[in-house]
Amino acid sequence: MSQATESDVREDGIIESVSGPVVTARDLDARMNDVVYVGSEGLMGEVIEIEGNITTIQVYEETSGVSPGEPVEGTGAPLSVDLGPGMLDAIYDGVQRPLDVLEEKMGSAFLDRGVDAPGIDLEKTWEFNPEVAEGDAVEPGDIVGSVPETPSIDHKVMVPPDYEGGEVVAIESGNFNVEETVAELDNGEEIQMRQEWPVRSQRPAKEKETPTEPLISGQRVLDGLFPIAKGGTAAIPGPFGSGKTVTQHQLAKWADADIVVYVGCGERGNEMTEVIEDFPELEDPTTGNALMDRTCLIANTSNMPVAARESCVYTGITIAEYFRDMGYDVALMADSTSRWAEAMREISSRLEEMPGEEGYPAYLSARLSEFYERAGYFNNINDTEGSVSVIGAVSPPGGDFSEPVTQNTLRIVKTFWALDADLAERRHFPSINWNESYSLYRDQLDPWFVENVRDDWPETRQWAIDTLDEEAELQEIVQLVGKDALPEDQQLTLEIARYLREAWLQQNAFHDVDTFCEPEKTYRIMDAIQTYNDAAFEALDAGVPVEEITDIDAAPRLNRIGVQEDYNEYIDELEADIQEQLRELY
Amino acid sequence: MKEYQTITEISGPLVFVETDEPVGYDDIVEIELSDGETRRGQVLESASDYVAIQVFEGTEGIDRNASVRFLGETMKMPVTEDLLGRVMDGTGQPIDGGPEIVPDERRDIVGEAINPFSREYPEEFIQTGVSAIDGMNTLVRGQKLPIFSASGLPHNDLALQIARQATVPEEDEASDDDEGSEFAVIFGAMGITAEEANEFMDDFERTGALERSVVFMNLADDPAVERTITPRLALTTAEYLAFEKDYHVLVILTDMTNYCEALREIGAAREEVPGRRGYPGYMYTDLAQLYERAGRIEGREGSVTQLPILTMPGDDDTHPIPDLTGYITEGQIYIDRDLNSQGIQPPINVLPSLSRLMDDGIGEGLTRADHADVKDQIFAAYAEGEDLRDLVNIVGREALSELDNKYLDFADRFEEEFVDQGFDTARDIDETLELGWDLLSMLPKDALNRIDEDLIEEHYREDETAEAVEAEA
Repeated sequence: MSQATESDVREDGIIESVSGPVVTARDLDARMNDVVYVGSEGLMGEVIEIEGNITTIQVYEETSGVSPGEPVEGTGAPLSVDLGPGMLDAIYDGVQRPLDVLEEKMGSAFLDRGVDAPGIDLEKTWEFNPEVAEGDAVEPGDIVGSVPETPSIDHKVMVPPDYEGGEVVAIESGNFNVEETVAELDNGEEIQMRQEWPVRSQRPAKEKETPTEPLISGQRVLDGLFPIAKGGTAAIPGPFGSGKTVTQHQLAKWADADIVVYVGCGERGNEMTEVIEDFPELEDPTTGNALMDRTCLIANTSNMPVAARESCVYTGITIAEYFRDMGYDVALMADSTSRWAEAMREISSRLEEMPGEEGYPAYLSARLSEFYERAGYFNNINDTEGSVSVIGAVSPPGGDFSEPVTQNTLRIVKTFWALDADLAERRHFPSINWNESYSLYRDQLDPWFVENVRDDWPETRQWAIDTLDEEAELQEIVQLVGKDALPEDQQLTLEIARYLREAWLQQNAFHDVDTFCEPEKTYRIMDAIQTYNDAAFEALDAGVPVEEITDIDAAPRLNRIGVQEDYNEYIDELEADIQEQLRELY
Repeated sequence: MKEYQTITEISGPLVFVETDEPVGYDDIVEIELSDGETRRGQVLESASDYVAIQVFEGTEGIDRNASVRFLGETMKMPVTEDLLGRVMDGTGQPIDGGPEIVPDERRDIVGEAINPFSREYPEEFIQTGVSAIDGMNTLVRGQKLPIFSASGLPHNDLALQIARQATVPEEDEASDDDEGSEFAVIFGAMGITAEEANEFMDDFERTGALERSVVFMNLADDPAVERTITPRLALTTAEYLAFEKDYHVLVILTDMTNYCEALREIGAAREEVPGRRGYPGYMYTDLAQLYERAGRIEGREGSVTQLPILTMPGDDDTHPIPDLTGYITEGQIYIDRDLNSQGIQPPINVLPSLSRLMDDGIGEGLTRADHADVKDQIFAAYAEGEDLRDLVNIVGREALSELDNKYLDFADRFEEEFVDQGFDTARDIDETLELGWDLLSMLPKDALNRIDEDLIEEHYREDETAEAVEAEA
């Protein structure tokens, strides 16, 4: 974190009252959303209401023992994040304090209060390579040089968007720390590798464009049926135990974004530990480098202070936007946005604001839209193109999707992955309900799939959707009369649909091979089932009883394609066997 | 220490006092009544000229002349290894007639959050000896796994069974530096009846478990507000024993529903804007601050494993208490009314139950290589059988195919043989998995699509057993 860079001295205030994370102060000279330090321990807080000479502050740390009469010190700056090399591979709390540094500073495994640390290492030096020369004119946002931050990512050093820009009068390559000036402009502006940005304002861009490229997730049900675009938005609502977090982790691991920002907002400590322990050991499937080299983690677990939970999604998206400005495709996972909304509700109720639906503040909808609107495929102010995709988990109470957070989220996002407790109970994972979910990007992404995977991707997918739809209808009848009462062709359809569910939609996140499925493989499994379907119906038409068709040895092997590394060979052989075995029946 | 006789308002569990000096938020307060009795409380809100205090022992008998002392510190728990074997009331005062506790340390009961960076991911299997848990929803050290139950169900028996049987198999092999890591149970009771309390105490004494236990008892007729601190005292003790004294601590908290009722009572007395069903909006945060105090820390031997018990009002798991709990804890174990009435002990319904940390705690070197596949297959087969039961009610067994009938038999035998084992039987993991294979062998080989082919070859009971089983059924 970084504050207090502005030098204008402001007057200190005095604490008037304390109630949980909400503190009021008298005579504090501060602006709305300014960061302040509260009490003799200097706990970090933010101004959220000003009324007469009473200022209300939400405090990002535990307030036990803080008493009225203690001082409150203003910084005159809004809550901002430090942006610069050193953010990848890092793990932050909700206000961008690096947790590893905090552990060292506090000398304890428990989070103490009143300890601050900069978001990026101020001492470490980085190798700076200029990309402009002296005499070149640069504008705000322009890239002046780059730093090889991790093996996968070149960190671009940009003119901060709030500068005026001008002619470069000095620039040199070499090793610098993030506060040293690497370039000077003729108007006296100095460019460092580190810049700051207030978390609650969007970083500027030229234009928002229509996304046309999918964010490949390596998950068959997502890529195959409900794709999300680079720069798109998606919501994953589901009751507890339905697999939100595993789905988010899978996306963080396998999505083909350049940068992943993972915000653990009010979730479990052990889950964040899993990410911290697993990611450094995993390989990025596209570059082969460590996954951690492209990941920035923000962990504000459920027992960490509530106000920092409120701010952590903003910290995350600001970091995401910064990398977008460099021309990267960034994916942000927020798990879970419901915790964020609840943090708003908690603070709002402490402020005794008039509640809206279910006690949530009336501005819930506005805050959610503001947040999701920061996603998109952008033409940046430096003319690079970059995207921020936002995937938010939602935890509806009781799994009831009609509650305010889910409903307000669905009004904004274009992809909806509905998790289903029934599927989870029978361990159908990922338990994404194919009848309820949708993606509004499907049509605009089809050309990409046609061009990059197969010509008949849309048709084959449509066949799969139709088969699954038909199954849903038939199941209702089966529930009443049993499967054997159905005509033979419908029994066969049920069998085919079962393979679509088991061999294609189900995917084992914990299997080394099955955990990631490239689009080609997604297509081939779907296609293999269609091959079986076509041959089976031919046999049925030729008078073969349905039991014999479904009984062939080769068919169950469809379920094992997922775990095959050399799937092409396996599928070729399997398709041949299926056709041969079916031919033998008539 | 300044004393005030300036109580302005007494309302429910709250007392409002005018002050002329600042008082710290969350500080501890002593209130002396005119008859000399002292009660303790905590500052809930502190303003420059007044404070709101919640009184743990209730406000009955307090009048405006009572004197109020602010102790200038937050609530502390005196901790020492000697607490093992002791029984205390809900505020941490010994009630077993034993010697006074000489603390090593006095710890803040609110506790600080464990830095996620300093945590160690839990992956050490705890063998509870209960097949439905070990086989299907494995518990690991450092996990928080609540029991979702309802009134009239034997959740206490299950908790006791786990407390009695829990071991970590092959401890010496698994880690040779594990010496001195002993097992301890911390029992935090909130608002349970005296009878239930006796049941627990008798069992502890009978099995000799009391020696390695610390008991905090807030009974149903004790003040409700006191319940809000009981679990914090228990967890503070647990953290001390785990992270300072290298114990593997199992914390049983029962009944969380009473705890939440107490929170609601305080919220209502403070005239807060209520959230769902009148529970305070901060209940998620509050519960998280309890549940998240489970885990392991890198470089420390001990661990805190939590087994909170809650009774779902109206058997409804969408009620705010089980709902918020489920979002914080790492899974849940469901106690099922139907299974209970069938006499199945323990009546655990494995389908909605879940252990989130299971996948990393099982497998080769931890339990057995076939564990994950067997578990998946049993889940799938049992779910299939459950579905078919509805259908059988309509069309009858004869209308179903042979395979469907096998699934039905599987579901029945799974409940009767696998889940039902009695509260006094401990099965080790091998027994549990072998039993799983016995049952799975009822199904034809190619129906076992979740299990690796090699494992099927290795473990599948070939025809004779399968046929014998069929004949039997």
